[in-house]
Amino acid sequence: MEIIMSVAIGFLFMAAVYLMLSKSLIRIIIGTGLLSHGAHLLILTMGGLGGTAPPVVAEGVGIGDYVDPLPQALILTAIVISFAVTSFFLVLAYRAYQELGTDDMNLMRGIEDLD
Amino acid sequence: MINLLLFPVIIPLLFAAIMLFFPKNLLMQRTIAVAGASLTFIAALFLLAKVKTDGVQAVTLGNWDAPFGITMASDLLSVLLVLSASLITLFVVFYSFQTIGVERERSYYYPAVLFLLVGVNGAFTTGDIFNLFVFFEVLLMSSYMLIVHGGEKPQLRESIKYLLVNVISSALFVAAVAFLYSVTGTLNMADLAVKIPQIEQTGILTVIAVMFLVVFGFKAAIFPLYFWLPSSYYAPPIPILALFGALLTKVGVYAIMRTYTLFFTMNTDVTHQLLAAIAILTILAGCVGALAYFDVKKIIIYNIIIAVGVILFGVSQMNEAGIDGAIFYLVHDMLIKAVLFFLVGIVAAIFGTSNLREMGGLIKTYPVLGWTFLIAAFGLAGIPPLSGFPGKLLIIQGGFEGENFWGSLVILATSLLVLLSVVRIFVYAFWGEPVKTIPLSKSAYYQMFIPSLVLVAITVFVGVGAELFMPLISGAGDVLLNPSIYIDAVLKE
Repeated sequence: MEIIMSVAIGFLFMAAVYLMLSKSLIRIIIGTGLLSHGAHLLILTMGGLGGTAPPVVAEGVGIGDYVDPLPQALILTAIVISFAVTSFFLVLAYRAYQELGTDDMNLMRGIEDLD
Repeated sequence: MINLLLFPVIIPLLFAAIMLFFPKNLLMQRTIAVAGASLTFIAALFLLAKVKTDGVQAVTLGNWDAPFGITMASDLLSVLLVLSASLITLFVVFYSFQTIGVERERSYYYPAVLFLLVGVNGAFTTGDIFNLFVFFEVLLMSSYMLIVHGGEKPQLRESIKYLLVNVISSALFVAAVAFLYSVTGTLNMADLAVKIPQIEQTGILTVIAVMFLVVFGFKAAIFPLYFWLPSSYYAPPIPILALFGALLTKVGVYAIMRTYTLFFTMNTDVTHQLLAAIAILTILAGCVGALAYFDVKKIIIYNIIIAVGVILFGVSQMNEAGIDGAIFYLVHDMLIKAVLFFLVGIVAAIFGTSNLREMGGLIKTYPVLGWTFLIAAFGLAGIPPLSGFPGKLLIIQGGFEGENFWGSLVILATSLLVLLSVVRIFVYAFWGEPVKTIPLSKSAYYQMFIPSLVLVAITVFVGVGAELFMPLISGAGDVLLNPSIYIDAVLKE
């Protein structure tokens, strides 16, 4: 299971890097979404897979059977944050497209600032 | 258990939340912003007195014992930084009245500033590495808002890059936290400091330490990762720039200081030597930028990068002089960067441009401004009685006592370049032929100048009265050098 998760995480990071290196702003935003999903899956995997019993003391459940609740709490926080940042990024991209008239990162260099 | 250390986080949050209800009422916005920032500052003063007498304060939220619940911990280092951050925010609020423009003030400017303070103070106070990530996000979210606030074309263009860099570094932060959790099984900083020495495979921990260095390095703008800073900080107006320059990079520096002294000490040959080398490269890269540009804002922006390098070099030495110097220089740099941006903002407002080539002859019409600027510039470069000197002296002494005497030599040499870069502003803007200036009303000028003058006076006091502050600084250094003080306070063993 860990192997499958590792491959999935690696694939998400790879796709994210590929998308973020492109010119189009919307592809970059999708790339950042994939990147944060990869990071969240990484936390889940690093907490240890395989526990099935909820983290509540019960009879007949061994220590190894409990699921680790902490990674889930961490992911929940991180998901909310990445959701907020992504929505802000989308609004920002839309405004920038309206003002600057382009979504091509190559045309967004700060040329007039250069001395 | 005392909740006092939560006040610098909660007070600005409360006041910012109140302000959200009536964005159009300018007078109320200003009053509440000043009240919030001053109350935060007063709370930080009380906290400083408490930490000074009773040692490290720690709160576990919800009364869950330390490794399980979320811990907030405040030692002398963090309370000194909280104090400086609150003070600077207060001054930025005063300075904003005239400079930021009514349009911006009416669209949630002050709430964003106070939310930024929430994130900064929280990041300084937290004792849990995942919570550090959360507070980073709080301050980043407010900084995204501030950097794009007003929606001018350069702001929109640069904030996209700023946002992208920070989203990537946040994802790396989450990944680094995941690795750390998988190796140690805990995220509480004090607990990490206990568990990490027990782990025998230091290789993986060294990798994680370097990964954290990359993550915090993005925020702190260290050598290869500072590329986003000059253009992003150039876009927003001066008060926001002063706030960012004084606070944001320092949070990254603080995080590196905390993690690299408290728990990533298992393989200092690799990690701290790497940190020292990167710090020196950061200084050199910053000097190149500071000397290359003929733009007052750009020159000061590159000086942020130089200061980050100087502080981190002090941290990398891991001896008493180096750490104490780094702490002193960190506090000094927060104050002096805010002052310099304030003064540069006034100069840019008078000339209507930030290009040095179109300036000249200001000393005849604004002599006091000129001499204040010169004092601030000397303070930045570390001319002896002023505030840059004691910190830099200790850092250089730390380098000579440690293995990196060459680093100290570089810092000594580059101090001259720093001086050259800021005195160049003085020479171009204040000397020479007077050029046409934009008439500035007396009240507007004084509302901009008086906060700057008071802050300069504070930096001079910090420098001249360095002996007064040394007990605090060395107390803060003690906690960093002896993590057991911090661990005992948090875990209550």
